Amino acid sequence: MRVRIPSPLLSYTGAPAVEASGGTVDALLRDLDRRHPGFRFRMVDEQDRLRPHMRVFVNGALVRDLARPLAEGDDVQIVQALSGG
Amino acid sequence: MVERRKAAGGGAAKGPVAVFVATRKGLSVLRADRTRRTWKLSGPSFLGHVVHHAVLDPRDRRTLLAAARTGHLGPTVFRSGDLGRTWKEASRPPAFGKAPAGEQGRAVDHTFWLTPGHASEPGTWYAGTSPQGLFRSEDGGDTWEPLPGLNDDPRYRAWFGSETDGTPDGPKLHSVLVDPRDPRRLVLAMSSGGVHESADGGARWDPLVEGLEVVEGLDPANVAFHDPHVVRQAADPDRLYQQNHCGIYRLDRPSRRWSRVGLHMPASVGDVGFPLVVHPRDADTLWVFPMDGSGVWPRTSPGGKPAAYVSRNGGGTWRRLDAGFPRRDAWWTVKRQAMSADAHDPVGLYLGTTQGEVWASRDEGARFTNVARHLPEIYAVEAAELAR
Repeated sequence: MRVRIPSPLLSYTGAPAVEASGGTVDALLRDLDRRHPGFRFRMVDEQDRLRPHMRVFVNGALVRDLARPLAEGDDVQIVQALSGG
Repeated sequence: MVERRKAAGGGAAKGPVAVFVATRKGLSVLRADRTRRTWKLSGPSFLGHVVHHAVLDPRDRRTLLAAARTGHLGPTVFRSGDLGRTWKEASRPPAFGKAPAGEQGRAVDHTFWLTPGHASEPGTWYAGTSPQGLFRSEDGGDTWEPLPGLNDDPRYRAWFGSETDGTPDGPKLHSVLVDPRDPRRLVLAMSSGGVHESADGGARWDPLVEGLEVVEGLDPANVAFHDPHVVRQAADPDRLYQQNHCGIYRLDRPSRRWSRVGLHMPASVGDVGFPLVVHPRDADTLWVFPMDGSGVWPRTSPGGKPAAYVSRNGGGTWRRLDAGFPRRDAWWTVKRQAMSADAHDPVGLYLGTTQGEVWASRDEGARFTNVARHLPEIYAVEAAELAR
């Protein structure tokens, strides 16, 4: 499926939208990490928690549970919740 | 004292010097020729990344490691084999182990401190993190393993405190020191959490806090209350110096008791500060950069008049060094990693302010000159001799 990538992670993917696969959000992120090494740890910590300012939307809805199932054709967007200065 | 001076290390450096300036918004590098009269600024690398520390490997003078994160992306370590022209990211950055189900696991917020390993162990590095964690790499910083003898020890877990204890952007493990005579002998410090030593390469640790004061009213027997800002190993590795929350201290092994040499500082200035640097060849010479620790703790140069202080006799007496600095209205803060010495003769000193200025002296602090300004907030300054 197609995954939209925020600008802070473009150094990994090289493109604002990339292809990846997985039956859950977690599996999708692991596949992204296989394709783009280092990607996952920048947005998910070692306890498998999404880092505080990272957001994942599936078909426009905010997802907090990485076990959330995905189906082929789902629209996945990773967003950086901008804050700070 | 004469014996200590004789015990000092080898000859002075003669090659070109680089100063790696880690800032809240990236990494810049200042380079000089061997005269250290003119400086050229390059960078920034990783613009927008918070770079807490960047250190050149003294064993090859080519490998550069930088600890970085952004406000949103997690922590990582970047590695360069060509002095920062190209970079590779660590394939396994410092990270704690996954906690068993039902337990609250810890996560590295940022890598704060980098220390090259012993000369006999090329490619070995240590990293200190926030929250407090100690990590080791044996492949030049590509992969990092936690050291459970500290990270998972129940005593230490208690002394770490919670992640809201310690410094405002998180408690930190820093000042990882490797004894040049024995790679198994290590010292580290934690803000908060005290100073600790290991004789077996980090498998077991013991506190080294005797004689240190803590905030008035608290119990110095509680290791968690100790807040070392930085610990340095003198040219004679049996001597340690420490700048901490309460003063400047010295420890001569095998004694385990620190003595507060900062009491010899002028009372109007005091002996509170963040950085402390040592002479590379003279164990009796050290420099500090005092800050205002009164009232609400501004942590700025006392009276708005920046000055370093040097002691040439192990902290027995101190001399003010402010030639070249602004005479007034300069409210500088110099963080614990933001002062460094090179290995030339005379020694060069370098410091970076939170206002983004770098000041250098090529005569051991007799006179400072501004060599960079308008940088982002400076977190760390590390001077190194480059390969000729």
